[in-house]
Amino acid sequence: MRYFLGRTLHAVFLLFGVSLLTFLFSALTPGNYFDEMRLNPQISRETVAALRAQYQLDRPLPVRYAHWLNAVAHGELGFSFAYNSPVGPLLWVRARNTLLLTITATLLAWLLALPLGVWSASRFGRPPDRVLSWTTATLLVIPDLVLALGLLILAVRTGWFPTGGLASVGFENLSPLHKLRDLASHLALPVAALVLTTLPMLLRHVRASVAEVLDAPFLRAAVGHGIPHSKLLYGYALRAAANPLISLFGFSVGTLLSGSLLVEVVMSWPGLGPLLLEAILARDLYVVIGGVLLSMIFLVSGNLFADVLLYWSDPRIRIAASAK
Amino acid sequence: MTLPRKLTRWLVALVALHCAVAGAGFFAPYDPVEQDRDHPYLPPMRVHLMDAQHHFHSRPFFYPLRLREGSFDQYEEDPAAAVPLHFFMRGAGYSLLGFLPSRLHLFGTDGARIYLLGSDAYGRDQLSRILFGGQVSLLAGLLGAGVTLFLGALIGMAAGYYGGWRDDLLMRAAELFLALPWLYLLFALRAFLPLSVSPLEAFLLVVLVIGMVGWARPARLVRGVVLSVKERDFVRAARGFGAADMYLLRRHILPETASVLLTQAAILVPQFVLAEMTLSFLGLGMPEPTASWGNLLASLQQYSVLVSYWWMYLPALAIVPFFLAYLGLASALQQRSGAYKIDEQSSWSPT
Repeated sequence: MRYFLGRTLHAVFLLFGVSLLTFLFSALTPGNYFDEMRLNPQISRETVAALRAQYQLDRPLPVRYAHWLNAVAHGELGFSFAYNSPVGPLLWVRARNTLLLTITATLLAWLLALPLGVWSASRFGRPPDRVLSWTTATLLVIPDLVLALGLLILAVRTGWFPTGGLASVGFENLSPLHKLRDLASHLALPVAALVLTTLPMLLRHVRASVAEVLDAPFLRAAVGHGIPHSKLLYGYALRAAANPLISLFGFSVGTLLSGSLLVEVVMSWPGLGPLLLEAILARDLYVVIGGVLLSMIFLVSGNLFADVLLYWSDPRIRIAASAK
Repeated sequence: MTLPRKLTRWLVALVALHCAVAGAGFFAPYDPVEQDRDHPYLPPMRVHLMDAQHHFHSRPFFYPLRLREGSFDQYEEDPAAAVPLHFFMRGAGYSLLGFLPSRLHLFGTDGARIYLLGSDAYGRDQLSRILFGGQVSLLAGLLGAGVTLFLGALIGMAAGYYGGWRDDLLMRAAELFLALPWLYLLFALRAFLPLSVSPLEAFLLVVLVIGMVGWARPARLVRGVVLSVKERDFVRAARGFGAADMYLLRRHILPETASVLLTQAAILVPQFVLAEMTLSFLGLGMPEPTASWGNLLASLQQYSVLVSYWWMYLPALAIVPFFLAYLGLASALQQRSGAYKIDEQSSWSPT
């Protein structure tokens, strides 16, 4: 238990640091959301000053930070200037869409990476493994921006997939089955882009860690005992190779909110990515800070999640932790 | 293939690629900002050796495009008006590497303009823009990597050499920066810097933002090397002879970190080129009319361009050979240094 307490404390410190860092950056900002108004002759100087005072932009930084921390403690994340509404609900709607996209993509990537990686490792150095290695190497040199744009062009030219948004016009009137199909067709493109960018890295890690284990004496002994091949691979080798993969899985979970930013913008998926970009362009300060913090919370809890999984799956870590 | 040969092969490939971009003025037929408003969105043209009557010509030529009858955006070749290509001809002025004024171009034409990779909305030559855009993107990547490695080496050496609370503080900060996904960090940093600036300012800003994002990983690696090196005999001997800290760091410890820094450079440069592309693509980086690989792609955000003008995607493919060569170089360097685990150095966070 002490172990988790320590990890959680560490995580909280990290979050605190990030929020402080983003606030510090914001202090260095020349200009703010209301500067544009100042140029507008229709809006009086007093109005701008009043707005600034209303949002406390005229207060010194430590006071603002304290106010913001207080708001966070009360479950709010500040106020969006552009949307004229609290940041929390604004982010939540978008985060839900992002999660729908990334959870699908992450699940798919892992479901593909595990069997393919194990299969590739069991044929290490032979033609099928080499073909797979070449494929992953090729995918690895295609940056996500290039891949996403390429897929988009493909979709537009073939007309197979819709090229943006989350649902078609008139989505509400569809039957449940058609709703599902409509959603799936909208998901297909961004999910494909995400899977193709994450899969090579996952595949390489699975392959490397399983191949390392397959060389171990205990597995060769198991082969000698005549244990069936598939049981050997999935029951023994994968289990023994699990540790680095669990950490990686934790990382995957952690990037659920942040990994798809660019793909969302490129494919106009109504998630956090476009919102954040708009907020940056409009200098909508608290939306940016809120978005960064939200994704950080995910990242940190992803790592925590991996720690818990490791603790649960590996007796060596349990013993080492309780011995402390 | 043996390791030195592998290393040489990737190095040669990289040098060739960089030369092509550095010599953009020579390889590109036109000035990258020169407009031809009568010919927006021309598709890529084909260079012929055989004419319509199946006669062979030793001098390559092309057919200018004209609008197909009854359409407003479909082009066809005009077989009556073949225009020959000239090699090593004089054209638009440029300065090679920024200081050698020249007018010499690898190829060009008299009369009709040739668009090997098509033209954009203002009738600017895509090929020229890709080559010149590469200068901006690559330079941003290289300088950004330079800033990052400088910061990383400085912080890593300070943390590793002095140890104690300084080490703790710096490494906690590094953890913070490692935990943040880099695109978010890039966004966050960029969010708090001015938006509308001159091209040169924008460039410096992009370099600075990119450079400040990635220092944590090299710093950690350098710290690891410094920790082991500072206990080695030759360093202790030098200290015994009364060498000052600064001298020790510069003369004995910094050289030992060279292989780590080199490998990191090979990993960071393509990442940072991509970072510049991403920023400019999203409108947070280089402004028009200066070309960069990122803002060349920005027009793809319009649906009409996406549907009709596929050649606007070509700038995206320009980065792929660079990625390949840098990745190959990085893995060859890693194999050579051997001592450091590949994962620790190359596991880039998937944005």
